[in-house]
This record gives sequence, C-alpha cells and structure tokens, in this order.
Amino acid sequence: MDVTFDALRDAVVAHRPALLVTLIDGPGTGDKLLLVEAEPPAGQLADPGLHRVVLRDAEASLAAGATSVRRYGEQGQANEDTVTVFFEAYAPPPRLVIFGAVDFTAALVRVAKVLGYRVTVCDAREVFATRARFPLADEVVVSWPHRYLAEVGSSLGPRDAVCVLTHDVKFDVPAIQAALATEVGYLGAMGSRRTTEQRAARLRAEGVSDEQLKRIMAPIGLDLGARTPEETAVAICAEIIARRTGRTAPSLRDRAGPIHPG
Amino acid sequence: MRELMKDLDRWRRQGKRIVVARVVDIEGSGPREPGAAMAVSEDGEVVGSVSGGCVESAVVSEALEILANGERHVVSFGYSDDDAFAVGLTCGGTVHLFLEPLDW
Repeated sequence: MDVTFDALRDAVVAHRPALLVTLIDGPGTGDKLLLVEAEPPAGQLADPGLHRVVLRDAEASLAAGATSVRRYGEQGQANEDTVTVFFEAYAPPPRLVIFGAVDFTAALVRVAKVLGYRVTVCDAREVFATRARFPLADEVVVSWPHRYLAEVGSSLGPRDAVCVLTHDVKFDVPAIQAALATEVGYLGAMGSRRTTEQRAARLRAEGVSDEQLKRIMAPIGLDLGARTPEETAVAICAEIIARRTGRTAPSLRDRAGPIHPG
Repeated sequence: MRELMKDLDRWRRQGKRIVVARVVDIEGSGPREPGAAMAVSEDGEVVGSVSGGCVESAVVSEALEILANGERHVVSFGYSDDDAFAVGLTCGGTVHLFLEPLDW
C-alpha cells in the first residue's frame, strides 16, 4: 500500500500516534513510509536492506514519539551517509482536564486551545457542565471528577495537565487524590492561600503524603498579578509551560542564556 | 504538518497544486522545531511558517520553482552566509527544510 496524505490526515485527525518517514536526500528522494499505531506500515523503500533498517528505526521513533533526521548507506549501512531520512512523529495533542465548570474554566479552555491542548471540562453539576458554556472544549463531561479519572486517568502522561478549579472541598479533595494516582505532568488547584491550606490539611487527613502534596501547584498559576479569568488563564498556562520546561519563569530581560529550551 | 491539514484539504478539494516545506533539522538557535511546516499553493497563497518570518518569502520562491520543475529537495538557510544580502536567520542558527510537491 502506498503512503497517502489522506491516510496521514486521517490518523492525525483521529489523534492516533503516527510517524511519517520521508527519504529527503539520495536515490529515491521523496519515498515514504507511514506508520500508524496498531496498523501495518504503509509504503516500501526501493532497496530491501534500506527498507528493513529504516522500518526498524521508524518503529522505535513511533514508540518514542521522536522526530529526527538519520543517515544511511544505499543498502541501509549504518556507517554511511548517502541517504538522508526524516522521521516525523505525529504525537496526539497533549490533554488538559479541567475540573469545575466556572467562569475561569471558559477562559482557560480558550487559552489552552490556542496552545494546542485537547481540552476536557468535567463537573458533576449538569446545569453548569454544558456545551453551550464551553463551545471550544473538545469534551464536556457531567461526572464526578474522581469517577471520570477512574475511567481515563491511566491515559494521562507527563505532557498532560489537570487543573482543579472547583474550589469546593467536597469536589476537589477526591479529584486531587484521583489525579495524584495518575502520571499527569501538571496538577494545579485553584483557591486562596487559606483555601489551599485547608485543602492540604484535608488531603493529609485522607492519607496524602507530603511528597505527594508537593506535586500540587496551589495556589495555581504564575505570579503575574492576574485578576480577570483571562489573565488567570494565561498565568495557569504559563505555569504549565514553565513546569514542563523546568524554568523558573522570570522575564527574559533579567536573565542570561539561550531563549529556546535545548 | 498537523496545523496545515485543514488548509491542505481545502486546497486539494479545489484541485490546487501545492508545495509543502517542512523543517527537518536545525543547528544552533532556531525559532521553529523540526516538523514545523508551511505550504504554498499554485496561486501563491501561504499557510504555516518555518521560522520567525526570516526565510518565509525565500521559501515561497523556492516552492513556486518546485511547482514548475517538480524537483523535491533540501534547502538550508543559515546566518553564516558570506553574502550580506542573502536570506538567513537573524537568531544565528541554521535551518534545513525539505520541500516537495504534495502529490502523494
């Protein structure tokens, strides 16, 4: 089966991990392979030796979600560089799960969509968790947060984020406990310093360790002086980025060193 | 190419010929990561970007040339160019792009 743009588009639109291999220099420039998770690979490179080696590296790149350029000999020799191959990973977009269907949620959905997140809004209250209030959300779920996380929590990873905006102990203590049981990369909880302290005490009483409490970014967001829901959404998303890149987020002007993370 | 999918689909439905430029490698400082892409249609419409705006117009000329001759190839833009008027990245890095017709 030949590699087609349509097959790539279908995989990307369906959020399925995919890897497009393109021979970008050397004999056969333009030849392609397409790997989509849980499907047989499509495409064939002219030289069987090269095909075998590139397919092996493509499978590893798909598993790692890694984009790279590699060089081979015309028959796939490792120590030669007559053929250049581009491995382009299409990882599904990172996920943001927001618990609590409040005004701040609508703004956070909008900012997170700009950043390319697939956004879920989850709230147990049917009146608030509606599509009409969050038209940009990919998913609006009426459920208790901990029940929702029991279903999808195992699919959350280091690139994903959970924001707890309910600031109601009844909802956010079980939500945070459930989120702590996942491998989600960012976990933030909204609330004043007072609420944060009370919540921490409740979580400790539920058996959450100090080590686990350190994972929670609360009060949520960078110290930007944000007031409005929109400004707060920027402060939250900026914190998500900074936690992922491991930066402390001062102004660039006041720092030395490279602008782009290595 | 992810962020271009909708536009590429639309152009293809309209029967337009298209060239896609993808960042395949960067050396040193570069504003866009490998995988960033832009596309040029036969009537000179542009979507996406491959740098902070430094090399896009040069990519459009290259792309229109490829529409004429069909030759897919790698194009590199760097800072350390001897020609002061050459196109390059102001941030000091080198970006390698692969340009090809969307004929697959």
